[in-house]
Amino acid sequence: MTTKPVIAPSTEGTLSRRGFFMKLGILFNGFAALVVAVPIVRFLLSSVARGQGKGYLSWVHLGDVTNFPEGQTRMATFRNPFVMPTDGKTVDTACWVRRIAGDQFQVFAINCAHLGCPVRWFPQSGLFMCPCHGGAYYRDGSRASGPPERGLFEYPYKVENGVLTINAGQLPTPGDPVASLSSEKLPCA
Amino acid sequence: MRVIKKIGEWFDHRLQLAAPIREAAEHPVPRNTASWFYVFGSAALTVFLLQLVTGILLALIYVPSAGEAWSSLQALNHQVTLGWFIRAMHGWGSNFMVAIVLIHMTQVFLFGAHKYPRELTWIIGVFLLLMTLGMAFTGQVLRFDQDAYWGLGIGASIASRVPIIGPAVVKLMLGGPIIAGATLSRFFALHVFVIPGMLIAFVALHVLMVLKLGINEWPMPGRIVKRATYEAEYHALTNSDGAPFVPYAIWKDMFFAAFIILAVAACAYYLGPFGPTGQPDPTIIQTAPKPDYFFLWLYALLSLLPPSLETPFLLIGPVLVIIGLILLPFLSGEGEKSWKRRPIAVVTVLMIAITLGTFTRMAQFTPWSPHMNAWSGEPVPDRYIHGTTALERQGALVFQVKQCRNCHSLGDTGGQRGPALDSVAVRLTQDQLIRQVIQGGGNMPAYGNNLSPAETTALVAFLETLHPATQSPSRDAARDFVVSESKAKPATQP
Repeated sequence: MTTKPVIAPSTEGTLSRRGFFMKLGILFNGFAALVVAVPIVRFLLSSVARGQGKGYLSWVHLGDVTNFPEGQTRMATFRNPFVMPTDGKTVDTACWVRRIAGDQFQVFAINCAHLGCPVRWFPQSGLFMCPCHGGAYYRDGSRASGPPERGLFEYPYKVENGVLTINAGQLPTPGDPVASLSSEKLPCA
Repeated sequence: MRVIKKIGEWFDHRLQLAAPIREAAEHPVPRNTASWFYVFGSAALTVFLLQLVTGILLALIYVPSAGEAWSSLQALNHQVTLGWFIRAMHGWGSNFMVAIVLIHMTQVFLFGAHKYPRELTWIIGVFLLLMTLGMAFTGQVLRFDQDAYWGLGIGASIASRVPIIGPAVVKLMLGGPIIAGATLSRFFALHVFVIPGMLIAFVALHVLMVLKLGINEWPMPGRIVKRATYEAEYHALTNSDGAPFVPYAIWKDMFFAAFIILAVAACAYYLGPFGPTGQPDPTIIQTAPKPDYFFLWLYALLSLLPPSLETPFLLIGPVLVIIGLILLPFLSGEGEKSWKRRPIAVVTVLMIAITLGTFTRMAQFTPWSPHMNAWSGEPVPDRYIHGTTALERQGALVFQVKQCRNCHSLGDTGGQRGPALDSVAVRLTQDQLIRQVIQGGGNMPAYGNNLSPAETTALVAFLETLHPATQSPSRDAARDFVVSESKAKPATQP
């Protein structure tokens, strides 16, 4: 099934009419690709672009301060402020609230500062322990032992009209400990 | 029969595929490659096809939505006829696929098949391995349960450590600020469209190259690969001592393929599907997430590496391994093929196998994790409190209540994070025990802020009773002297 080329390729150095149109065709396709690529890339990176600056963070209520007895650490849950219809239960987020005294709080992310597993509070020994790789933290969130390189992530908080409010909305990770990146002054432990 | 032949001819006149297929099937292969060692490549392809079929079947029921995925898996397990079996086939198929791909790779390496002119076949194989592992990880995410949820958190925490772009990578991976609906959807797209599409294309290339370049001949010690002469030698070999691939060699592939399919089905039938474990509800924190079998070694490594080495190891390690695997056929593209003349190759394979095996084994009983329930579930064995004083018993109570047993074992029950304490009194003196409890150190938290002086005294009194009957507790000789001095001169004390 060999066929002879019907039209001989253009001789070197000269630009034939067909060759010109082929190059124009490539150029035209390149332009079309660019026009389509811009929205595709913007769509793909939308979750990154939206996270710039203040991004996903906003103030969420954790409940009345009276829910948190002084000198104790208790779990609280909140609904992540950024919600999509298909999220199901995954937007319910847990955190640890330590009420030191009065309006002095510490609100820790549930995620271990090592690799994000859920830490558990043990009031008897005054430690947070991680079930995954054995990280442990003291009651003020500072690192006690194990693989974590830092203390627990802390959410900035404020108390307004007797309601505890934290600045949250994004999963804190070792490379992006967003919960503790805030101008809010944290209380000393 | 004549009608069938006529129909066949009608199609082939238009498709023109019979001749190339016949040529590919009957191409001569060296006789000694018709071996049971050469069946793993076709077995990997077989399991891949099986995964395609069972995967499509699961997609008939599965819902890739964070709100419904878990309940659709429950429906597959309990409601849909034989849904459990298809899930089990897919789950066991993935384990078999990773295992067979690794065995295939080891065999190819030990038989020198990565050498000239099959370098590109090896490199494509490396990409196929990475895609297989990618399928294993994304598949584990689609089983959207507690392990999947927290596994994603671990993935995000690792990705976040990439310098500069880490936080952006995390948001790209999660499809938003947290692990949620968008995360599952994009892992579904990866697992069902992107990676399988690439796998099909790369598998086709891989097989095509095996056909074009010929199957690697059985390595003979002393038969050296040289770029200048190899191809002529290979053609001479297939001409003088060759046989058509079909049927001479293929029957072993077919037997093994059937055996593997039956093995997957048997595992699926007798051992059942994997999970799902608890619901992916982040407010349920009573969980100890663990990765699937083939990532257990990584789980162990992450627990055992010193903190300062972890990030460089996680970020640079995989890059070095992949570069090493890609460069391998260029670094040793010629020379001996036989494992009998390549001791370093054999030792390397053994080292890697033993290392991965050891880490995997350790990850099965996680000695580094505290036993979260040991303090409430595993009482101090009564033989440790026989004949003790009231103070020592109070110490045993402190020992239990302060959760020491989450990390320390007594009588072989309790955590293994810290050393077993059955004979701690032999190792540490009273002063050393007090210091260790109050200040911590050596990976133990300090309990100074959390124990009253009375509790510390009682706890240490109990710890001092922990020694074998035949060994006396360790003592500070100087302290004995000080005590006896002060007893001898009571008059000087006010």
